[in-house]
Amino acid sequence: MTPVLLQLFWLFTLLSMLAFGGGAGVMPDIQRAAVDHYHWMTAGEFLDMFAISRAAPGPGSLIVLLVGQKAAGFPGAAVSFVAMFLPSCLVVHFVARFWHSAARSVWKDVVERALAPVAIGLTFASGLALMRATEHGFMPHALTVGSTAAFAFTRISPLILLAVGALAMLAVASL
Amino acid sequence: MGNRETDRPSLASLFVGFVRIGMMSFGGGLAAWTRREVVQNRGWMDERQFLSGYALSQLVPGATNVNLAVFIGTQMRGVPGALACFLGLTALPVVIVLTAGTVYLHSHAGAWFSIALSGMGAVALGMNLGLGVRLSLNNIRRIGPAAITTGIALAIGVFGYPLPYVLAVAMPSSLLLAWWTRHR
Repeated sequence: MTPVLLQLFWLFTLLSMLAFGGGAGVMPDIQRAAVDHYHWMTAGEFLDMFAISRAAPGPGSLIVLLVGQKAAGFPGAAVSFVAMFLPSCLVVHFVARFWHSAARSVWKDVVERALAPVAIGLTFASGLALMRATEHGFMPHALTVGSTAAFAFTRISPLILLAVGALAMLAVASL
Repeated sequence: MGNRETDRPSLASLFVGFVRIGMMSFGGGLAAWTRREVVQNRGWMDERQFLSGYALSQLVPGATNVNLAVFIGTQMRGVPGALACFLGLTALPVVIVLTAGTVYLHSHAGAWFSIALSGMGAVALGMNLGLGVRLSLNNIRRIGPAAITTGIALAIGVFGYPLPYVLAVAMPSSLLLAWWTRHR
């Protein structure tokens, strides 16, 4: 492998194992490495890539494809993808196997009941943290609060609300 | 809703299920889409199984939603199931992201695009928060678990404490609480 491919491989393997609580947490680390340390791109280019990976369907962590592609073309994208997902997927696979093979018992029941409030708390935590980091002004907050209520209490299709969100922001911007 | 498959789902239906999840999740909200597909529409898991998997996917390092797909696939059909779910979730988005990236590297995305995107991002955040509300209403009935959920949400989401520290307090507390109340 060329030095750049090795750098990509090492960077994303490391971040894959450090991304506790989801991929969003290591975005600043990716930015620091790609922009300040290795100079693969400018800060503006990184923000555009962040926007593309969020707009595209699928996990937002696919931004590693764009970083890898910018740094070293398609081989860079491939190496980054494997490095980002293989280690964490292996870990979760073995956790799932262990979980699956553990017989119904008092302790499994206890752990299951202990995990539920933690999972829900983390869901709120990541939503609130992202809101604070990415949303400025009235309209984005109103959209988030409104769609929270809609998803919690109605069966409206998310695709309709996503379209409403896009149009609302465009309408505000064109005023 | 939909036809419920009571038996273990086939590899093909796991793959197709996660293709749907991946392709509908514009702007994020993947966990909400996953619950909708796996619990509500297809009945592969009940809510409690989903919640355990979702919690473990958050506790293990890596992208939560990718972890969740691998967790569900492993539970359903071992290694092949994990591969089917992972590939279903990522294959088409990988092609789309790389295509968008190639176009972007040779041009420049317009400002309108990022404005529309910020609206979709705001709704997708609401989608995950709405999932939190739903899960709370369905699963949290006592003051103890409610306090743990609220504590985690405020500590990380509002006060910005690092996740490992918060979990180092919250996880043992939740385990103790579940142990104490195990006979209820």
